[in-house]
Order: sequence, then structure tokens, then C-alpha cells
Amino acid sequence: MFPEYDIIVVGAGHAGCEAAAAAAKMGSKVLLATMNMNTIAQMSCNPAMGGVAKGQIVREVDALGGMSGIITDKTMIQFRMLNKSKGPAMWSPRAQSDRMRFAEAWRLILEQTENIDFWQDMVTGIMVEGGKAAGIRTSLGITIPGKAVVLTNGTFLNGIIHIGEKQLGGGRAAEKAAKGITEQLVELGFEAGRMKTGTPPRVDGRSLDYSRMEEQYGDENPSKFSYTDTEPLKTQRSCYITYTNPEVHEILKTGFEKSPMFQGRIQGLGPRYCPSIEDKINRFADRDRHQIFVEPEGWSTVEVYVNGFSSSLPEDVQLKALRKIVGFEKAKMFRPGYAIEYDFFPPTQLNLTLETKLVANLYFAGQINGTTGYEEAACQGLMAGINAHNKVNDKAPFVLKRSEAYIGVLIDDLVNKGTNEPYRMFTSRAEHRILLRQDNADIRLTKLGYDLGLADESRLKAVDKKIRETAEIIAYLNNKPLEPGDINSMLEELGSAPISEKQRAGQLIKRPNIEIEHLAAAVPSIGEYLSKFQKNSVEQAGIAVKYESYIEKEHMMAGKMSELENYSIKEKIDYRNIPALSAEAKEKLLKINPETIGQASRISGVTPADISVLMVYLGK
Amino acid sequence: MTNQFHTTDTIVAVATASGTGAIAVIRLSGPEAISLTNNVFKGKDLAEQASHTIHFGTIRDGDKVLDEVLVSLFVAPHSYTKENVVEISCHGSDFIVQQIVQLLLKKGARLANAGEFTKRAFLNGQFDLAQAEAVADLIASDSALSHEVAMKQMRGGFSQEIKRLRAELVHFASMIELELDFGEEDVEFADRDQLRRLIGNIQQVIRELLKSFELGNVIKNGVPTVIVGKPNAGKSTLLNKLLNEEKAIVSDVPGTTRDFIEDEISIEGITFRFIDTAGLRETTDKVEKLGVERTMQKLNQSALIIYLFDITEVTAAEVQAELHKLNPDKRPLLAVANKIDQASPEKLAAFASIDGVLQISAAEGANLDALKLALVQKVNLGKLNTQNQTIVTNLRHVNSLHKTYAALDDVLHGVSSGMSGDLIAADIRRALYSLGEITGEITTEDLLDNIFTKFCIGK
Repeated sequence: MFPEYDIIVVGAGHAGCEAAAAAAKMGSKVLLATMNMNTIAQMSCNPAMGGVAKGQIVREVDALGGMSGIITDKTMIQFRMLNKSKGPAMWSPRAQSDRMRFAEAWRLILEQTENIDFWQDMVTGIMVEGGKAAGIRTSLGITIPGKAVVLTNGTFLNGIIHIGEKQLGGGRAAEKAAKGITEQLVELGFEAGRMKTGTPPRVDGRSLDYSRMEEQYGDENPSKFSYTDTEPLKTQRSCYITYTNPEVHEILKTGFEKSPMFQGRIQGLGPRYCPSIEDKINRFADRDRHQIFVEPEGWSTVEVYVNGFSSSLPEDVQLKALRKIVGFEKAKMFRPGYAIEYDFFPPTQLNLTLETKLVANLYFAGQINGTTGYEEAACQGLMAGINAHNKVNDKAPFVLKRSEAYIGVLIDDLVNKGTNEPYRMFTSRAEHRILLRQDNADIRLTKLGYDLGLADESRLKAVDKKIRETAEIIAYLNNKPLEPGDINSMLEELGSAPISEKQRAGQLIKRPNIEIEHLAAAVPSIGEYLSKFQKNSVEQAGIAVKYESYIEKEHMMAGKMSELENYSIKEKIDYRNIPALSAEAKEKLLKINPETIGQASRISGVTPADISVLMVYLGK
Repeated sequence: MTNQFHTTDTIVAVATASGTGAIAVIRLSGPEAISLTNNVFKGKDLAEQASHTIHFGTIRDGDKVLDEVLVSLFVAPHSYTKENVVEISCHGSDFIVQQIVQLLLKKGARLANAGEFTKRAFLNGQFDLAQAEAVADLIASDSALSHEVAMKQMRGGFSQEIKRLRAELVHFASMIELELDFGEEDVEFADRDQLRRLIGNIQQVIRELLKSFELGNVIKNGVPTVIVGKPNAGKSTLLNKLLNEEKAIVSDVPGTTRDFIEDEISIEGITFRFIDTAGLRETTDKVEKLGVERTMQKLNQSALIIYLFDITEVTAAEVQAELHKLNPDKRPLLAVANKIDQASPEKLAAFASIDGVLQISAAEGANLDALKLALVQKVNLGKLNTQNQTIVTNLRHVNSLHKTYAALDDVLHGVSSGMSGDLIAADIRRALYSLGEITGEITTEDLLDNIFTKFCIGK
């Protein structure tokens, strides 16, 4: 009934959609298998894309030729550039999305992408022939042949939903769990684990009193995610901020005896940085309030997402507590919050291409690898799609370095460190944060995407132009002399020391509170010169000049740290025979079998002392 | 590359310095250390003996007795290398030692590479990198104090100090990272004054460690000392006298920075290293030919100056002028009046009034004990309590500490000028990286763990 596909993608969430789109665009015949075609590209948790570190990832996905950025731009209802008061490495785009339109946009794009077929069914097993993935088996008893399989099962593998003392099998509220895959993979020798995550209640926006909350507007001049010519927003919807209080906490505590978390019914590990509200008041008992973000779910729906109130307490306790929050006195609940437990496969079982070490041509992406977040899932899907395509076409693996992209940091962390809790990206995970900015993802990655056959030529031309213009502007700024008379009144106005003799424009931009825009406004010749260029080139040049010394230092550090990467571990070492290594290091090194000392140094449980032992052992 | 040494082969080397001593020690380490020795040893069956026991017997090559020896047994893992270790104490003749080593090699031992015992100890988990480096220092130490410092470092004192510093820095880094990654959330931002104080404290500790290096260096390499004075003041006589009285060490250790032979004497455990004494000792004429420039160069290399003058030739005023020129504020200076045996009582009385001038007769050996005491006091190591203070002795560590300090300067500058947290964080990471060069790197995971345990994070 089915032809042989090049790539079969199992699951149609953020990872699956990116994987299917990337492989198809590169030329593979793709089948996207999902349990329910009505829930393609669901935002299962909050209706937002981006945020600190995550926004940078979306920009990277877009720069490589992925779709998440474009779809977010098309369906967002609010845009904010977070951390604008901090340095450019921290600027992080974040969008509130229209949940329903987001999913719809993805589905339409996938439908319009050549080479993608769909099949609605539950995949129950992988066909493996000669240690290699060869297709899938479904609940309808069908086998579908494929040269490579990408698994993106999200929270569906043996998913169990907890609300108070109730337990329901399911992958998302009101959706069935998926069975069979875990059992088969474990039989094949994979190690499986259990994770937990949670989501807050959704309420009726008409029942809230927004006048008693703090309004959070979108940016005055909203930016966007994609480097392509998508349109920025013209109108936006606001979010609102309110707080819990001791009364709320007291009510929540009455539900503790029915809490699946506290009573030990949940075995899986949850994320420390995204705790449930009961976890917060339990662990940080000294705090008498916690912040709540009230997020609209779309342009026209009345449903509202109560961010910060994730809970698996009984639904009546949730509602009672909610109603003690300022502005929520008359709240009507649409859906209770819940916790969900699901299977994942410790990602140390993967190569850096996201192909499993155990079964060739089998790729894992998204929550199945123990990550959390749409953005983290999307970028893994993209990388898995690219690598699956390259593999079946005998092309080189595509791996990004830690100093090249957050995507590189994420996959390197997963493969080498594994994770005990749902892995979310933070900027602090990146050693070279200052290089991995949202403003330069295109400069870092678009050429790579183009060479892969993923980013089209118009993207390449745009980034080439940006690079050219940026260089031109930098040279101009570093040469442009400014007289005290040109600029001192502006400097004084900004509280910056006036200059006593001629200075180059570039020098002034290095001052903490002097931006390229200030010079453009104060000195007509600069303003006129800069007006010839596109805005993002001017911004890029401003950053390059202003942070030159930091960027340089960071490049140096990146070079120094990559020295360890040059120490390759060629021969197979029996780490058990090196007594000085800790027991944990021995076990992890054996399992991961690092290719370089650098990689070894990032394996969790491998301490610096272990690395010195290895270096001495290898005679380096 | 030596990859399978740890379980397969047994190494042997002479553990004592060649030539001089009455006793020499040959050390073996490895799985076959005991059986190999047993093979050539006549006495008790060593395989049957307990660890940490000593046995008398003879080493024989076939029927030929090579020497009477004492054999000390250390059974794995209760030894320096954590392998089986045997130490054979034999008579200290090069010939005998070589015969025994050759015999052991013939029986299957392998000659150890330089530092291989320590390398094995390290690989077998006996100590960390900083401790291993201390072992190298320990082996090279030849004064009582340097031995003590190296011992302390080997026991991990320095590593502890660095760990404490790192913990402080990680704490600082996580406060900054918290603002960066969770700035959108309801977290309290770090108080900048508090951050400045914290960095100030860390820098203070580093300063002390760096200062200890000067001290440590003195202990490890000796106090570079120079004797200056006019021709015929008696410089060579004094030097020779000191060298004869104390244990003189003629050092030409390869690989040290010293490029010519120097004289060292050890007084009360402190090594004094006399700079450019070759000229002094050969002939006094040469000293006359020393140009001013050369003299200054000598002075700059020294940590301690002995200004020697002939009391019969100069006036007190001249000496005072001369002393002033030598700028005693810059480094310890000891003014010494020589040839008191030839001076008139009036002269002696005139000089007695100048503060700190010591009166000796090098030729007669008069008052030399007072001079030695003064030398020790000048170095001021009396105050140094090596029991309680961590002393940095390793140049690599010093460089890393310097880099850390410089990066912290940048941090401080960033905090003071209101620089954004991501830039401050970049400098902190450089500081942590440099510190990590000493004992190992800090991971981003450590930072996040610190954040998650201390702060309430998450929507």
C-alpha cells in the first residue's frame, strides 16, 4: 500500500514538523505519521515562542532554513524583545502566539511542501533489519518501509496524566497515549527513563478582572523572528501580571495530601526551573507571593493561559486557590492544570547527529531525548531531518559546534552530559554566549543552511548583503572623525563626558550608554550615511564596534577551549583499567566513547581531575 | 605512548642520588615487583611476607652474591604508586647499584622513565594534579622549609585554597547568571556593591597567594643574594668563609633557569643563592672590571644585598652615602664592615653608631654567626608560618592566578561602570577558566545547579 519512503517521521509536533519539512525540502520522500491529523503542531503548554535563549534558537532554526520562525511571525499576537536593557547577547525575541493559528499555519505549510505524505495512525514499532531502521509498524497492522526513521514522540510514550488522585493514560489532555515503541526499543537494548512535566489551568478570559492586574504590552516597534521578509505586527494583544498570596498558598496546601508529586505517585523527574506552584510554595516557603503571567491564547478566543500556576493538585483545589488571586476572584476554569509522565531515552545513547548508536538510520528528536520546550524540540527535529536526509544520501553528517550555535550547545550537552530533568536551554549553558546572538544567527548559519540545500538563495543573498554592508559601516565608523563641537551637546545630554579633541565615531560608540543611533541623530553626515543601509546592517555594525573587545576576547577563549577538541582519542581505551578515574567517569566514558578530550571533558560525571588523568594517560 | 603500563609491566629505578651516599635505594613498582625481587633475593620468601615489612638477605645473580641488602615491601594498594612496591636498600656504590638494576632488568623489569613512579601514583588515584606537581617540587627540594611547603602542597593544601576561591566565584557567577537567564521572572537582582565587595575579597585572597609565591620562590629556589663592595673589601674572602662553614651546594641543575654555576649555602633551613659568584671566587681582579651596568644587573636579580666595605678604608659618611645610593627601601640590605681586626677602636666606635652596620672580620671568622643570624632575619621568614599558610610555588599556578586576577579586574571595571551582565559574565568565565587551569574547569552545569538550589525559578 505504501512505497518505500526516504524518511519516515513519527509524530507531528514541533520536532516532527521541522524534521519532515527539512528532509522534504532537501529532496527526500517523506512520510509524516501522526496519531491525529487535527493536532499537528500543537502548542501543548504555553502559547508562546522564544524567550531567553529559546528565542535565539528560533532565530538559528530560521537562519538554517527551518520554518518555526516564519510560522511564529505569521501567527503571533504580541512581540517583545526581552532583555533589551542588557548586552546584545541577551536580547531575546519572544512572541505570544495564537495557538490555533500557529497549528493551522504549520499544517498548511506542510501540505504545501512537496514530497511530504501524511498518515494518521499510531506507530507501534520500528522495523529493524541488519541493525538498521527499515520502516515502521502501525496499530492498524500496516508496515511502511523507509530508509530512515525519525522518532519525535513528545510526551506520548506511555504517557500518564495526573490530576490530584486521578490518573489517566494520555499524551496530552484528552488525547490517547502511544504504546509499543518503548517496549520494543528496550528489547533492542535501549535504556528508557521517565520524565515529568506539567501545565497550568486555562481559564475564561471574560471572568477575569484585568483592571486589577498589571498590563504588559508588546514592544512599541515590534521586531520578528524570521530573517526573511515576514511582516512585523501592527496591532498586538497585551498580557497581564498578577501575584499569588499567602491565602492562595494555604488553599493549595490543603491539596498536598492528594498531590501525586508529594505522595510519590509520580516517579519521573520534573524540571527544577519550571516547578509547579505547589512545588514553589513547598520549596521556597519563605516567599509569600509568586508571579503569575496571564497570557491570551489568540486573537479572538476568550481562553487564557495562567502561566506560573502549573499544578497537578485536584481540580477543585486549583480553582479555589485561583480565585484568591487578585483579578481571578470570579475565574471560570476551562481546563485544569495537570502533570504528565512519559518515557524518554537518555540522550547519551545518541551520536551528535541525533542518530542512535544502537540502531543505524534511527533518529530521536524532542522530548523523547529528555528536552522540554517547543524551540528545543524544533531545532532537534531540524537537525535530525537534515542528518537523516544526508545519511540516506551518503552525505556528510551535519554537526554544529558549541561556539557556532545554541543548537550545537544543546545537542552536545544532550549527547555528552545526558539529562536528569527535562532539559531547557539557558544562555548560561553556552560558553560563548557573546558570539551566539539573535542578531547574527544568519551570519553564523545561513551559508551552512544554503550549502545543505535547505536555505534558499534569497536568504543567502540577504545575508551576503548584510555582511558586506556591516563591514562597510564598521570601516566608516572607525574612520569618521568627530569634533567636540559636533557631539558634545549630545554627550552631555546623555550624561557622558564631553570630548576635548577630535575622536573617531567608533571610539564613542564603545561608551556604555552611547549607541550608533545617538550619533546618527546628532551628526547629520553620519545619519545621512547610515540611511543608505538596511536597518539590520546598521545594528550589526553598531554591535560589532561597541562590543569589539568582548567579541575578540570571546573568540580567543573559543579558540583556547577548542584546543581540547584537537586531542583526539583514536584508540579504543578500556577505561576500566585506569584506576585513578572515578567509577562514574569510567562508566560514562565507556558508554559515550568520546572522540576527543574536549568531548570527554563535557561528559557529566567526568571531573576535571578525570580529564587530567586522561591527558596524562594519553601522554599529552 | 605508554598505554598498558598500569597492569602489565614492572618498573625499576635508582631512587637515591648517584655516587655519594653510603646506602642506595632501588625501587620497583608494578604487579611483578615482589615476585621479581623474590627471584633474585635469598632470605625469607618475600611472597609470604606482610606489607610494610623489612627483610634482610642477599641479592644473587645465579650463585654470585651481588650485595647484602634490606628489602622493604609495600603490597598494593598500600604503596606510593598503589601498586606492589619493593625498595631494595643496598650499599651505595655505583657499581653494585648498576649490577642489581641490570639483574632486575634481565629478570623482566623495565627501566622507569623520568617521573614514572609519580605518574603511576597519579594515574592510580593517589593524588590530584596540583599534588603531583608538588611531588616534583618535593623531590627537588633541598632545604628544610621548601620540603615543608612541598609536603603541605602534596597533602592538598593549595588545592583546597583554590577550591574555596572557585566556590566563591561560582557563587558570584550564578548571581549574575540568574539575572541573565531569569531576568524576566520575579527574582531579586544582585546588589552591585555586594558583588564588588565579593570580587574584592577574592582578589585579596589571590593577592596573598601571589605574594606567597615570592616567599615560596625564596623557599624553593633560595634567596638570590649578591655581595657588593669596592675591590679589596673582602668579598671573596667572606664568601669562601661562609661556604666553608656551612654546607655549600654547588648547583648546576639542568632545566632550572640558572645559566651559570652559583654557590648556595643553607642557614637554618633557608637557602641563600649567591649570584654571579664565579667572578668573585676566581679573582678579585675581575670584580674591578665589572662595569656599572653589570653591577646594576646583579642588583636587580637579587632579593638581598650584602654591602661589604673595608672599615679601615672609608669614613662613616662615605658609607652612609653609599648605602643611600643602594636604595635600601627597595630590597633588604645588610651593611657589613669587614676587617675589624685591623681597625682602630675609634674607627669601630664611629661605625657602631651607624644603625644596622654589622662588624666582622672575614679573614678571622669573627662575628660570622651574627652575620648569619642577620641574613636569616633580613629574609624575614621567621614570620612565615608554613603550617597555616598556603604557599604557591609553581610558576604555572602563578600565571593562572595572574590571569584570574586580571580577568577579575575587568569584572570589577564592568560592575563599576554599569556594564551589562552578559559582558560581566564573560569576564567571570575567563576568571573561572584561568583558575580552572590549576585544578580543572568549572562547567555551566555547576552554575545552574547553584542557581536552582538557591533561588525560586520558573513560571
